Amino acid sequence: MQALAVGCGAGFSGDRVDAGLPVVRTLIARGGPAAMIYENLAERTLANQHLSKRSNPQLGYEPLLELQLRPVLAECLAHGITIVGNFGAANPDGAARLIQRLAQEFGLAPPRIAVLRGDDLSDDEGRAIVQAHLGESFDAARFVCANVYQGAFEIADAICAGAQIVVTGRVADPSLTLGPAIAHYGWGREQWDALAGGTMAGHLLECGAQVSGGYFADPGMKDVPGLDDVGFPIAEIEADGSCVISKADGKGGLVDERTVKEQLLYEVHDPAAYITPDVVADISAASVTAVGPDRVRLSGVRGHPRTATLKANVFFDGGWLGEGEISYAGPNAEARARLAMDVLQKRMGALLTLRFDLIGVSSILGDDANRQLKQTPSGQAQDVRLRVAGRHEDVAVVDRLLRELTALWTGGPAGGGGVRVAKRQRLSMQSCLIAREQVPSCFDFATKAH
Amino acid sequence: MTAQTLYALAHARTGDKGNKVNISLIAYRAQDYDLLVAQVTPERVAAHFAHRQPGLVTRYLLPGLGAMNFVLEDVLDGGVNDSLNLDMHGKGLSFHLLTLPVNT
Repeated sequence: MQALAVGCGAGFSGDRVDAGLPVVRTLIARGGPAAMIYENLAERTLANQHLSKRSNPQLGYEPLLELQLRPVLAECLAHGITIVGNFGAANPDGAARLIQRLAQEFGLAPPRIAVLRGDDLSDDEGRAIVQAHLGESFDAARFVCANVYQGAFEIADAICAGAQIVVTGRVADPSLTLGPAIAHYGWGREQWDALAGGTMAGHLLECGAQVSGGYFADPGMKDVPGLDDVGFPIAEIEADGSCVISKADGKGGLVDERTVKEQLLYEVHDPAAYITPDVVADISAASVTAVGPDRVRLSGVRGHPRTATLKANVFFDGGWLGEGEISYAGPNAEARARLAMDVLQKRMGALLTLRFDLIGVSSILGDDANRQLKQTPSGQAQDVRLRVAGRHEDVAVVDRLLRELTALWTGGPAGGGGVRVAKRQRLSMQSCLIAREQVPSCFDFATKAH
Repeated sequence: MTAQTLYALAHARTGDKGNKVNISLIAYRAQDYDLLVAQVTPERVAAHFAHRQPGLVTRYLLPGLGAMNFVLEDVLDGGVNDSLNLDMHGKGLSFHLLTLPVNT
């Protein structure tokens, strides 16, 4: 059987919308069975989409969906390339309608679009399940949404039933790739090694360019050609679950053993137990081998039986975050920035906990208790930007913090400039594990557009 | 023996989940792997990140890849949704690991 090629068109919400077409063109040129995945959902992204949907029931799916699919939809449909994406987010039906409209606009026959269900636990019934798991820590007044990570088999079922496009909400990222592989090879639910191999192929694809030279370049140490035009990745998945990673032809970027190893371990904890809804993947004895220019093979992934539970992320209103910045330059700039910090601490420190950064001196390695900054003796930096950040339930307190930062224009140390302030609502997250039987998943086909 | 930093011998990437990060550490050359295993212990990594007060540092070895994977717990001030850090994911921590001194 010919290997299945799976290309990746997006690795997060907000990824480059021109990345997909070169991948699709490469899949077509290489021939053979193929699918495209779009991964658009980080942990917080989905909660933000739920908030969008609350403000407008038509929204709540990936905001860049149209820009992502417009360049590739017709070619994928014409060449039998299945599209699988979690761009449904909080409103998979809305995403399906948008794709139908797009196909209509192009004068195409209505595509068969499957919509996956079962991940969204934000309704009364789902909320009750989540509440039972979180107990006391479930704050009903602050509840925003809950979604459980669903797996690959329903995606595969939808493709086997004829879906040309599969729209999902929350599914485990690697399941987007594993679904088409299951559909292609007919892997059974207990073919653990193959499922684990397909899962890790998906894991390598799910962050887009992160396996093909993105997020890798370090000039002089790890050089990447054509980073400005980095080609997105393709995994050719074999019947045993092993795969060869490559990238869009004629594009920049780099696929070598180093890029693949970095991405293989990305967000992995115990390498012998990478848990997804489909399988427990084990890469402790995996091999990563260059097999050609920009071609790397991953093999030796083993699989263990899947867990009895699925993970759910539950989001609650988390109050407000306020941030403000002001810059100081020239002689004694750092001392003036530190004095501004002292002014803010004295005027606001009793109302909320403040994090301070001196951008240019210490801004990301320290913790929120300012431990590192306090231990760093005042130096002679001559171009320093002070940042303050604080969180509070009450937006009025956050507003007051931002006014205090702004007041440094006229009432702070000499020579401060470039004041910027911003605030936004925060979401806090809790996770729980739910028995699979309690949260079944299924799919249906989107009805025809009117 | 020559004192240098990990940066000359290995590359690294951070990933986050909840209030934890993992940092992969991958040897450029297979022959350096044993040296890294001997010198880059979980205890030294914990001390190197003392300003983030890790609750626990676990090290996993992947000799077939010439790599180690460090999991640092409780280092994100609650995680992406709670931290006040500009880099709430801790993405920059991988390059801090590479400043750890080693003897070759």
